[in-house]
Amino acid sequence: MDAKLHVSSSPHFRGSNSTRRIMLDVIIALCPAAIASCVIFGWRSLMLIAICVASCVLLEYVARKIMKRDTTVGDLSAIVTGLLLALNLPVDVNPLIAVFGCVIAIIVVKQMFGGIGMNFVNPALAARIVLLVSFPSAMMHWVPALGAPEDAIIDATTAATPLAAAPGTYSYVDLLIGRCGGSIGEVCAVALIAGGVYLVIRRVISPIIPCVYLATSALMSLVVGLDPLYQLLSGGMLLGAIFMATDYTTSPVTRWGKVIYAVGCGFFTIMLRAFSNMPEGVSFSILLMNILVPLIERITVPRTLGYIKKKKGDSK
Amino acid sequence: MSELSFPKRPYRTRGGVHAPHNKNTAHKESVIMPVPPIVALPMTQHIGAPCKPMVKVGDTVDVGQQIAGSEAFVSAPIHASVSGKVKKIDKITMPDGSRVDAIFIESDGEQRLSPDLKPPQVETLSELIKAVRDSGLVGLGGAGFPTAVKLNIPSDKTVDTLIINVAECEPYITSDHREILENSWDVISGIITVKEFLNIHRVIIGIENNKPDAIKALREIADSSIDPEDEIRVLPIKATYPQGAEKILIKACTGREVPMGGLPSDAGCLVMNVGSIAFISRYLKTGVPLVSRRLTVDGGCIADPVNVIVPIGTPIKDVIDFVGGYKEQPYKLIMGGPMMGISLPNDDLYVMKQNNAILALSAKEAMMTEPSACIRCGKCLDACPMRLQPLELSNAADRGDVDALKHFNAMNCMECGCCSFTCPAKRHLVQNIRIGKALLNKAKRDAIAASKGGKN
Repeated sequence: MDAKLHVSSSPHFRGSNSTRRIMLDVIIALCPAAIASCVIFGWRSLMLIAICVASCVLLEYVARKIMKRDTTVGDLSAIVTGLLLALNLPVDVNPLIAVFGCVIAIIVVKQMFGGIGMNFVNPALAARIVLLVSFPSAMMHWVPALGAPEDAIIDATTAATPLAAAPGTYSYVDLLIGRCGGSIGEVCAVALIAGGVYLVIRRVISPIIPCVYLATSALMSLVVGLDPLYQLLSGGMLLGAIFMATDYTTSPVTRWGKVIYAVGCGFFTIMLRAFSNMPEGVSFSILLMNILVPLIERITVPRTLGYIKKKKGDSK
Repeated sequence: MSELSFPKRPYRTRGGVHAPHNKNTAHKESVIMPVPPIVALPMTQHIGAPCKPMVKVGDTVDVGQQIAGSEAFVSAPIHASVSGKVKKIDKITMPDGSRVDAIFIESDGEQRLSPDLKPPQVETLSELIKAVRDSGLVGLGGAGFPTAVKLNIPSDKTVDTLIINVAECEPYITSDHREILENSWDVISGIITVKEFLNIHRVIIGIENNKPDAIKALREIADSSIDPEDEIRVLPIKATYPQGAEKILIKACTGREVPMGGLPSDAGCLVMNVGSIAFISRYLKTGVPLVSRRLTVDGGCIADPVNVIVPIGTPIKDVIDFVGGYKEQPYKLIMGGPMMGISLPNDDLYVMKQNNAILALSAKEAMMTEPSACIRCGKCLDACPMRLQPLELSNAADRGDVDALKHFNAMNCMECGCCSFTCPAKRHLVQNIRIGKALLNKAKRDAIAASKGGKN
């Protein structure tokens, strides 16, 4: 044998999983919601998605270049951020506002904290909240969706969201297929659930966070006297529970940590919906729980195999 | 631990990964390799104290003659695997990089057995332990722990269960599988010997369910009249890596957990590799010590993968030439399995006692990609059979944070490689944790040195 051999530490086999594949799966899972938004709100929705995705990728590339670091556009995470941000915006938002959101998400929240895996809150969510408090009227202006019930339409260009509308305006079917006002990606519940099922089947996310989140929300709705099913299907609940709260970087890695985190998300969402001035609580509650993740992880270190509690006699 | 029942199905174990099995050699009869012109026997082929040579250059030795030994408790003597002349005693580089003395024997091709060899007289447990020690047996599954030490159970521990490890969870390797198919009676008679002498009434043969033919062969014997009290049972376990890791196998077979830092005997178990137990029965019959072993030669670069029975000390080069040489230039040469084996810098090394496989992997099989940033997906936690947090351990090792390493129980990591295997960012988690464990050991040594220094 003449040529040299490669020497390294074991294991010498690696699985086929990769960061890019995971991000691709998330993009695939978001496709039903994106397509639904185009059907419901028309071509403007497609343009909004294109603007957000393109600016996120471009900003990520430029930021890495300026910081003299490796380009990470190839891992597709910027596309996911752009897509999620777009799905969280109203369809008639000024494109410049959308681009400003991308700057917040990619530059401020993601790259300034060290890039993928380092951000302490979900970039798309943080951007949405910055936009919400900076441009409240633009961010809360909802155009009527395709086939929305007449009661919900306020004037030719404005409709009420399910959370703001009078009870009985929207039926469950309206909420399921997206005949209601709201951000372009949050309206069609069926599309979001389909994406979530895909992610669980592909083992990209564990079902713990979405299931516990939704279950807690339903329970809390009963406690404060809201219709649980209506709460789950309306607003950003499904988009948040399936795609936002499950963001790897900003959710706990431990099993019990995930449970605590999701319970917290569900609790605060319904509390904010029921008792605050804001119509929507999903973004704020997930953001709050994001910040608590290090603390949650600290108290949920899993018990390692063979671990015995400190000195309790000579066991057995 | 009063009532002893046999589990109907394995107990639940967490984690593990579905590594490709690649058991290409499972259905091929083992072939016996002719005696190589020269063998080299390093003085460390086991965990424990190294042996000292007992022969001089120029001496004539016979097969089975003891040529090196040690007085230490944890050690195993070394026997000549070929007959011939001691050519030289020289240092060689071991796979782990250490330099160790090795006895080189030039074979005369006669393979005459040493006249001193005779079946040992074994009446009591201490005689059995002495016989096993004299045979030079070490755990043949890979770790190389001297079997005599294992059998010598401390008086304050009670062992009620003997577990025979046939999981063979590493990809490619089939040497234990072939051992069962070719020598199943040796396996059972070895089990009966050990169980009688140690007074154990529950023997569980833990075998992965991807070996139906071996399960059938063992069941036929275990259910026959040879085991009238029905104390030997075969337990098929799921075929995920690392079911064959000692602590995981104990959990799967008995539901017990070995306490952190403890030994299997702390959980009332004795775990033996199937090759070792079959060897004990052969040794008691013939008195021929451990001079040859079966090993799997496989991998994408091997022309004709097969199990071979070779004299210990055979150059790896000769073994590979015997099975048809390389099909293509290998990317990696591995001693052991692809998950925990050691990658070799060249093929200029020698088969050792605990060496169960030689794999020549192609670039396609073993290619490494550059690690990227951790995305905190938590897949390493799900994969860890010890329920550790590999990402935290790896980060702590990167920071050199000894307290965090302790907090996350770094020493409980068995380096099975599941976390690195499953990591989508291709991070070198196990490698980092190894560094972390070394840091912990260093901190411990420093603390001891400091406390001694303070007292003086």
